[in-house]
Amino acid sequence: MTTKKKGPTLSVHDLRTHFHTKAGVVKAVDDVSFDVKGGQVMGLVGESGSGKSVTGFSIVGLIDPPGRVVSGSIKFKGEELVGASEERLQKLRGNRIAMIFQDPMMTLNPVLRIDTQMTEAIKAHRDVDAQTAWEEARDALGQVGIPSPEERLKTYPHQLSGGMRQRVAIAIAFLNKPDLIIADEPTTALDVTIQSQIIHEAQTLCRKTGTALIWITHDLAVVAGLADHICVMYAGRIVEEGKADDIIDRPLHPYTIGLIGSVPSHNKRGQRLNQIPGMTPSLLNLPPGCAFRNRCKFDDGECLDEPGPTRPVRGRSVRCFHPQRMEVTS
Amino acid sequence: MTAYVIRRLMQSVVVVLIMSVIVFFGVNVVGDPVDMLINPEADQEDIEAAIRALGLDKPIGEQYLFFLKNAITGNLGKSFIFGEPALQLIIQRMPATLELAITALLMAIFLGIPLGLYAGLKPDSPASRTIMAGSILGFSLPTFWVGLMMIMVFAVMLGWLPSTGRGETATFLGITSSLFTLNGLQHIFMPALNLALLKISLVIRLTRAGTREAIHQDYIKFARAKGLSPHRVIMVHLLKNILIPVVTVIGLEFGSLVAFSVVTETIFAWPGMGKLLIDSIQQLDRPVIVAYLIIIVLLFVTLNLIVDILYSILDPRVRLGEREA
Amino acid sequence: MTTVEQTELDLVEDEHERILAQTPFQRFKADFLESKIATVALVTLVAIVLVAIFAPLIAPQNPYDLAQVSVLDARLPPGTKSEFGYTFLLGTDGAGRDLFSAILYGLRISLSVGVMSGFIALVIGSAIGLIAAYAGGRVDSVIMRVVDIQLSFPAILIALMLLAVFGKGVDKIMIALVTVQWAYYARTVRGTALVERSKEYVEAGVCLGLSRNRILFRHILPNCLAPLIVVGTVQTAHAIALEATLSFLGVGLPQTEPSLGLLISNGFEYMLSGRYWISFFPGIALLLTIVSINLVGDQLRDVLNPRLER
Repeated sequence: MTTKKKGPTLSVHDLRTHFHTKAGVVKAVDDVSFDVKGGQVMGLVGESGSGKSVTGFSIVGLIDPPGRVVSGSIKFKGEELVGASEERLQKLRGNRIAMIFQDPMMTLNPVLRIDTQMTEAIKAHRDVDAQTAWEEARDALGQVGIPSPEERLKTYPHQLSGGMRQRVAIAIAFLNKPDLIIADEPTTALDVTIQSQIIHEAQTLCRKTGTALIWITHDLAVVAGLADHICVMYAGRIVEEGKADDIIDRPLHPYTIGLIGSVPSHNKRGQRLNQIPGMTPSLLNLPPGCAFRNRCKFDDGECLDEPGPTRPVRGRSVRCFHPQRMEVTS
Repeated sequence: MTAYVIRRLMQSVVVVLIMSVIVFFGVNVVGDPVDMLINPEADQEDIEAAIRALGLDKPIGEQYLFFLKNAITGNLGKSFIFGEPALQLIIQRMPATLELAITALLMAIFLGIPLGLYAGLKPDSPASRTIMAGSILGFSLPTFWVGLMMIMVFAVMLGWLPSTGRGETATFLGITSSLFTLNGLQHIFMPALNLALLKISLVIRLTRAGTREAIHQDYIKFARAKGLSPHRVIMVHLLKNILIPVVTVIGLEFGSLVAFSVVTETIFAWPGMGKLLIDSIQQLDRPVIVAYLIIIVLLFVTLNLIVDILYSILDPRVRLGEREA
Repeated sequence: MTTVEQTELDLVEDEHERILAQTPFQRFKADFLESKIATVALVTLVAIVLVAIFAPLIAPQNPYDLAQVSVLDARLPPGTKSEFGYTFLLGTDGAGRDLFSAILYGLRISLSVGVMSGFIALVIGSAIGLIAAYAGGRVDSVIMRVVDIQLSFPAILIALMLLAVFGKGVDKIMIALVTVQWAYYARTVRGTALVERSKEYVEAGVCLGLSRNRILFRHILPNCLAPLIVVGTVQTAHAIALEATLSFLGVGLPQTEPSLGLLISNGFEYMLSGRYWISFFPGIALLLTIVSINLVGDQLRDVLNPRLER
């Protein structure tokens, strides 16, 4: 793949996004770094509140007050996005960097027709006439597997099923052939059968166009078959990252192990599902030391210290004093 | 859609019938119809003739049908004071009232929506706080007192605007209105603003609440993620969503503007049907009162009907939901 | 490090326990007083009510005792000395009454008409709302249809209709005010009661074989209290404003019961000649009353509504 020589499409380094609320500072994203290359799928996995969505919105500069990117660097094809002007970010959004949201019922504007919502995305970035824009929109719908796209263009969102709407959203994301797509839990709200179709379509499109894809999800099983690379987030930090197969087959961080153990397919019939005890800590006052230590069975005195900077173990990195070896039987 | 309109129309007819029963029984049972409808200064013979003419010697059910028949043919009795048919008196004064109410409605829309939108987009700015404080005040201030204060300040103390009357009217496109002359505009400004005050506050609140709610919706964030300009996100994606409920409420409030014009017209001596009503109540001109009530009920029911149908046209969810059902 | 963490934890615990140790009323009070503006409004409102109740003791003259009023004093500007030794703080009205005294007496009438009609409407409306919620089916839909129709007409129109038929008078305006208000209470109580009725504790009560009345009055009604208080304050403010408006129009209270609205109305004719005070000061009194009730009502709604995050 030639993209490797050009360097990563997106390079996030030491990103910190904090929310300054009345109750205190919420460190939603704290010291997060990762790279995504063209044509690759990066899975960003974590529980709700782990900061994975905020990471996604930080990249496109859609963090609203009281939130703010406090420090760090987001390089998109070599261009620094942290501190970039709103005009510049607006030019990139939907054009070079597109997003797909979680709930297809909510992402499309209920009072605007599909064609309006598609062509406006084209016209916002390219100087094309209405007819061309409309044709492009129609072709894009066809590409994501929507039957009779001409008719669908004339409908309102509520006339389409959830799966259809998500396909429309994906079509919108691909309209301007972006270099990077950030998909924020795009299949969570859908039926399992639709889910796999959508994942398959998104994957195919990315491979074909060489688009880099960040797939944000709480479901490790979803990214297992989709991603090349996985980052596991916990309490605003990446606790483990590496090649997808490595992470799934040989997880190192106790949290990742817990996540994999709680996927039903890994359990024998009649066996109790494994669960991670306890709750996600409040990001408002994280206790000092490892954020996971209250739920971790390997916690000892050492974990009361701030977990050290990510150190490489066998070509991947993990943020833990006690990386575990666990063979997952599937 | 047609089925919906027909069903809605039937409902309206039922409401009008119920209201006519209430008005009729209000006049005939609670009050004494002889007092209500016949000039108290008439002599005995005239009274008896009138009782027969009005069918007051018949049983109550029959009387109601008689009243209904008269009402449908537009015969609502003659005014004691003016000696003219009551209905005609009201219809003569209706344009002045409608012109006042429409101007107030436009003020509410063109002042309320931008102010509410601003307050919703920048909720913490000093300007927004001022707008909201003003709107709370607008809700609490008694309309009639504000009207008096306006007269005191702008007419008596500053002498900028005339305090009473409708001013000169002109005819344009077949419509006679004071909106077409400078003098007329000067006359209508204060009463219309006075009448609009409450509605401006209402529209500000509604628009602000709608904006605050919509701005956190995914579709707004998605529109921004598409790289649309802030102008398009606000003016198309946001405004189109909040306008539907706001327009519905404004439409329904038009009737209330006509009703409240009773107060404003009295203060500013505006020659509309509201002032006629108050004059008639004070002079016990009952046929005019009854006619006013019937007209206003009809007006309300018609307005509600129009707004409901407009709403179903504006909101694709309602419109198509009906079609599918 | 451990000790620091410990003390912080203790602090959080303490705060938590302190909150738990409060009675519901204490917590309510603390929440209410959190807003400065609402506190000021509450103090103002209490002051207004006290002044109205003790008007005969505070007012320098009884404005309706002919022996104490002289027509020669008519339309004196604020601050003029009266022949009885006190100052006409806010001037005098067209009949020579001390305006300050007239306002105090007017407040009594405005407040009592507003509060009493509000209370009667609350009782009637709540009863109808409870019946609708509990009976359900046909009864419910008929009652709610009536409520809907009535609420689709502005209050002032319905009040004008009734007064046009009945004529003036304290009892008549009370009937009009109750008529325009009951529907709000009925709707509120029905809504809350329906929510409460479907809750498990009511089902448990039914299973225990509690009587219908006991469930209604001991279980459902207390839960309707919070929304009723909120609607009640707002409606009382509306009632006072509506009464003032109707009296101003000359179709409300008779001249023998001079409420604030009538005082304003009486001053109207002098307005154009620049004698602003006769209408202005009663208006300010009315305004203060309505604004403070509304502000208190707003804060009550925020405090009593647990769903609302503040």
